[in-house]
Amino acid sequence: MAYDKFTILTSTAVPLPIENVDTDQIIPARFLKATERKGFGDNLFRDWRYNADDTPKQDFVLNNPIYSGKILVGGKNFGSGSSREHAAWAIYDYGFRCVISSFFADIFKGNSLNIGLLPVTVSEAFLDKIFRAIEADPKTEIEVNLPRQSVTILATGDTESFDINGYKKHNMMNGFDDIDYLQSMKQDINAFAEKSLY
Amino acid sequence: MSNATTLFDKVWDAHVVRHIEDGPDVLFIDRHFIHEVTSPVAFLGLEQRGIPVMYPQRTFATADHNTPTMNQDQPVKDPLSANQLAALSSNAAKWGISLWALGSPKNGIVHVVGPENGITQPGMTIVCGDSHTSTHGAFGSIAFGIGTSEVEMVLSSQCIMQPKPKKMRITINGKLGKGVLPKDVALYMIAQITASGATGYFVEYAGEVFENMTMEGRMTVCNMSIEMGARGGMIAPDQTTFDYINGRDKAPKGADWDIALAYWKTLKTDDDAVFDKELHFDAVDIEPQITYGTNPGLGTGITNHIPKASEVKDGEASYKKSLAYMNFAEGEALLGKKIDYVFLGSCTNGRIEDFRAFASIVKGKKKADNITAWLVPGSHIVEEQIKSEGILDILNEAGFELRQPGCSACLAMNEDKIPAGKYAVSTSNRNFEGRQGPGARTLLASPYVAAAVAVTGVVTDPRDLIESV
Repeated sequence: MAYDKFTILTSTAVPLPIENVDTDQIIPARFLKATERKGFGDNLFRDWRYNADDTPKQDFVLNNPIYSGKILVGGKNFGSGSSREHAAWAIYDYGFRCVISSFFADIFKGNSLNIGLLPVTVSEAFLDKIFRAIEADPKTEIEVNLPRQSVTILATGDTESFDINGYKKHNMMNGFDDIDYLQSMKQDINAFAEKSLY
Repeated sequence: MSNATTLFDKVWDAHVVRHIEDGPDVLFIDRHFIHEVTSPVAFLGLEQRGIPVMYPQRTFATADHNTPTMNQDQPVKDPLSANQLAALSSNAAKWGISLWALGSPKNGIVHVVGPENGITQPGMTIVCGDSHTSTHGAFGSIAFGIGTSEVEMVLSSQCIMQPKPKKMRITINGKLGKGVLPKDVALYMIAQITASGATGYFVEYAGEVFENMTMEGRMTVCNMSIEMGARGGMIAPDQTTFDYINGRDKAPKGADWDIALAYWKTLKTDDDAVFDKELHFDAVDIEPQITYGTNPGLGTGITNHIPKASEVKDGEASYKKSLAYMNFAEGEALLGKKIDYVFLGSCTNGRIEDFRAFASIVKGKKKADNITAWLVPGSHIVEEQIKSEGILDILNEAGFELRQPGCSACLAMNEDKIPAGKYAVSTSNRNFEGRQGPGARTLLASPYVAAAVAVTGVVTDPRDLIESV
């Protein structure tokens, strides 16, 4: 799927300082029944966000109007559990373009990169700084600079660099995906398949 | 510099079509499993791009996540589930992909039917849009879960683009004690290293405990690799593996078998190969396990008390949230807790051995009145074995019923949902909030523990009900 190019994102952020946020929380299984990729944002964090009678839970951060923005800041081991790409779709569809955490589950990280949602891994100390800055002022702006591979808390100037695979960085900055690349090497793949044992 | 390599290296390196500098490897995929939940959007993507399925004969489709476990001959009631199942059938038909739809005698959970039909073999690369694809690593293959964009990638090119993970080896020597099953080994390892302890790694399991395990047991262990964050887990193929595969439907036959076998015998880690991380545990330290929290790492020996927040590796706030959801208190005993539901099934413990273990404990006893038990075979083939081995009679006499195959209450996409606030002892793989139904509270355990709970109504040490080893 084509997605928006990602270069520099400057935005306020939504804090979710909980560890081990699994993809069942991001999008519960009962909302995976669509055969098209749309509307998942409505059910993002469904059971943390709404009561059983569909009224919003006042204490959940997405229902608190003082927090908004295109960056979601999560605790350690974000996106663990099920491989459902719907979790990344739901976060993207809700309006986030970047998730910052000190540690991502592998499949979630791969899924996010494949759909144009940038997962940014920072140190636990820097993650704490971000949480504290947002707590002190929900209007805190954060700059995620993909070309320079840096995250900066604009008000304080605190900054940290992050790692990203060069190929994935190129794709994110240009809105390309792996299928475009793989289509260009079909001859090699055919040759490989012919000598396969299986 | 030694040229020694690990089992993982051998299989991975044999499948690299192209290595991209500062980028991922382009990895050829031998077998691709698809099911109704994570494939429809991938097929839609192919259509929008105007790209065909490159090698339909390498893809195998089965319906499992959404399927009912009662009255499977009737139309599926939930229109959204029915729609996904219909999409799987029409996509399979359109592209010439083999399909075990609902009602087929070979239908069942994707990670049960693959191995039992000989599709899964040593040295393969296997992917599926499901995190428990790691199950197939039990055969010495590299198997891992992927997202829907990657399902589309594999359909269109039979390849996936992945950076090579780091390598970890977990060695467990010694003999497992009475009442300790492979599920306990898996839960023990996850509790020791946490739900994220193996993130970024591919794990090889080694040592006597795994060498002595049956294929079913190895599948249970590899299945849970993802619950410690690993991309996958694998065990070197040996005579146990070869005996399991030989003669199965899609296994190589005749001269092809000899060629395959000669290759499979080379698939082991060299003596001086180096891992990025090595862990060792002792079999003697593993007792029957049970979880008390809301991730699979929050578990302990069944005779232990729930740890205090200050004693756990996860963040204190997350831990307290987890116990609040479960309505458990720090320091409470687990034994004796009243349970409402028992679920035997899933790709972790829905195989014939799991039913044999469960039946060995409930034989001659009666189901506890307060327990609702959902016993769900992983496939029709398992269902037939349960009947032909006389296990069904034992279950019926003890007051249990058998349901029809599918993922069922493991992720509650069908009607099998544990009601809000109720406690379930479950042989499945995840105890996340709401995993088995909104508000459901799940304690993960082995088939022995599930059986002990099913006949006593409370958390019970199965060793108390096992007369001899």
